[in-house]
Amino acid sequence: MLRLPGANPRTPGHLISAADLTRDDAVLILDTAEEMARVADRPIKKLPTLRGRTVVNLFFEDSTRTRTSFEVAAKRLSADVINFSAKGSSVSKGESLKDTALTLEAMGADAVVIRHSASGAPYRLATSGWIDGAVVNAGDGTHEHPTQALLDAFTLRRRLVGADAGLGKDLDGVRVTIVGDVLHSRVARSNVLLLHTLGAHVTVVAPPTLVPVGVGAWPCTVSYDLDEALPETDAVMMLRVQRERMNAAFFPTEREYSRRYGLDTDRMNRMPDGALVMHPGPMNRGMEITAEVADSPRATIVEQVANGVSIRMAVLYLLLGGNEPAVSHHRPEESK
Amino acid sequence: MSDDKILIRGARVLGGDPRDVLVEGETISRLGTGLDADGARVVDAEGLILLPGLVDLHTHLREPGREDSETVLTGTRAAAKGGFTAVHAMANTFPVADTAGVVEQVWRLGQASGYCDVRPVGAVTVGLEGKQLAELGAMHDSAAQVRVFSDDGKCVDDAVIMRRALEYVKAFDGVVAQHAQEPRLTEGAQMNEGAVSAQLGLGGWPAVAEESIIARDVLLAAHVGSRVHICHLSTAGSVELVRWAKSKGWNVTAEVTPHHLLLTDELVRSYDPVYKVNPPLRTDADVMALREALADGTIDCVATDHAPHPHEDKDCEWAAAAMGMLGLETALSVVQETMVDTGLIDWAGVADRMSMRPARIGRLDGHGRPIAAGEPANLVLVDPAYRGTVDPAGFVSRSRNSPYAGRELPGRVTHTFLRGKATVTDGKLA
Repeated sequence: MLRLPGANPRTPGHLISAADLTRDDAVLILDTAEEMARVADRPIKKLPTLRGRTVVNLFFEDSTRTRTSFEVAAKRLSADVINFSAKGSSVSKGESLKDTALTLEAMGADAVVIRHSASGAPYRLATSGWIDGAVVNAGDGTHEHPTQALLDAFTLRRRLVGADAGLGKDLDGVRVTIVGDVLHSRVARSNVLLLHTLGAHVTVVAPPTLVPVGVGAWPCTVSYDLDEALPETDAVMMLRVQRERMNAAFFPTEREYSRRYGLDTDRMNRMPDGALVMHPGPMNRGMEITAEVADSPRATIVEQVANGVSIRMAVLYLLLGGNEPAVSHHRPEESK
Repeated sequence: MSDDKILIRGARVLGGDPRDVLVEGETISRLGTGLDADGARVVDAEGLILLPGLVDLHTHLREPGREDSETVLTGTRAAAKGGFTAVHAMANTFPVADTAGVVEQVWRLGQASGYCDVRPVGAVTVGLEGKQLAELGAMHDSAAQVRVFSDDGKCVDDAVIMRRALEYVKAFDGVVAQHAQEPRLTEGAQMNEGAVSAQLGLGGWPAVAEESIIARDVLLAAHVGSRVHICHLSTAGSVELVRWAKSKGWNVTAEVTPHHLLLTDELVRSYDPVYKVNPPLRTDADVMALREALADGTIDCVATDHAPHPHEDKDCEWAAAAMGMLGLETALSVVQETMVDTGLIDWAGVADRMSMRPARIGRLDGHGRPIAAGEPANLVLVDPAYRGTVDPAGFVSRSRNSPYAGRELPGRVTHTFLRGKATVTDGKLA
């Protein structure tokens, strides 16, 4: 079985942080996702690879999009999928993360896909000894969301290098600008780490209130000026900005935020030809991005969703499957 | 042979040359060499260091209210095992120690335990809520003889309340011990704000939240001519402020915890809540500044901030976990590791920072005294050559939340004497 050894020796066999991935690990996931994407083009969109394996979606936070994406991915690999969400379960009755994990372990979960509001909860799950299965971080607090970063990298490689031409390649020299609430964004943290690992140059742009103290240690450039960054970028990633941040004085008003950091048509036109507009969703149209931009041909937002399924298939396959080729019809199923 | 008479033979008093120390009843009766046992129980102390019994200004004994994590009995046993003969029990119990009734209850439980003197700390404000002064005078006048007042766990953040408290306790030579934490700057704070918090996505706890309160409070103390004590200094900036206040001649004292002398926020990368503590673990530069300040006397003393928590409050995700770590049973070892074995202070310095000065700040009679004839026999023997791996399973505290589990540390308390009575013998509770 292929284990993603990654940079963190404490979490082998799990995907907790984008920092767990070496350049070669990440390229392997992207290449595997390309194979998975081809399955989606077939009349029968299913592989038998994970038949008999159980994947649990353990969602302590509402997230229909990410949960559905993981669910579709696991089902396309023929895994049994259990959705365990906080609402309506024992979790909302005060059961601890530990007891929930022990319950899932007793049920024989081979992989646990976890979304949690507490930063580090997936790391705890992977290192605590509570469960044996593979842990996949589907977003933890303001820490990381590694599969989002992988699907963003996948989208970038497909668009800027090509689906076939990109195989085996990284994002060397690609300039990516991440804009918005970097302080509270797990998407930004994972993207900065992964894009850097893949050779891209990352700039984060935000009002100074929404950049963490300590950002100097990140492998990226920091700017407070969107207009300065846009002409020098191959792709811009707009982050969702919660309107409530205004009440904690992170910025004065929604309108001022939009004027200084929102992406409208004028600003988009200052980007080089062919530069992409990305958004992890859900969008606040009119806040960080205007409707015209979101619906423009440069926008990859719907594609990102589709690519998310391929990436999550690849991650589950690599963590749970075998080291045989991803798409194979004549081989017998692996023994358990 | 009787415990009424003990001859401690060949101990290095405060780390000096070997001497014999004869204890009769509750008192040290003679020091010398080659003293005759003359029926006394002999304790062979060759190679051991003899210090005055340690005094902790900052202990959470949890009783009343959280007896699942510690009681006065289990906490004072842990204290004795760590070489302490007196502890100050913090006020954040349930109910809060904000009346003469509650502090007397804690004091009486300490008397009954017999392992260690317990001096209750009184709350500054009713219910630790920072709004209305508690009956500070009544607590002072009670049998518990409260001299130190603190809302520890919470900051007295209202400048007027703090000023009044500082002024009011002058009437009976009390001291306000401030937990310096600006509340608005630390809403949702989970760890030191810096490079590590930025990466881990945990809410940042800026150094300025501590330093701004210290700056305000030393100015207030100077203005009203009171003394103020700063709990658990954790940043290099706090050290600078205290150093400045002392240079002005203001009556400011400060403490540092063992864990802030050794551990840094790099440990939080494990997301293991055993490292979650208030104030948070800081950076290596802060640790070095704190050690230097303890050595040069800017920081007066070491205080454990012993904070027991039941297993379930630590065996969870970081954000859900309680703040605090055990300290009593490892304090002396950590101080040896960080201060003595590094050459920053000698054993006389340890006696000063862990016994004499905290006793003086707490106006605690009978503790922190010189080792001399006629003085109370509150004593501890330490084996400095010992090295061992910390195993919380062997703790006598009711809780196990030690950040040193699995870490090798030097030094071991072999004997503790409380007024001539052995509370610890050969490393075990008597």
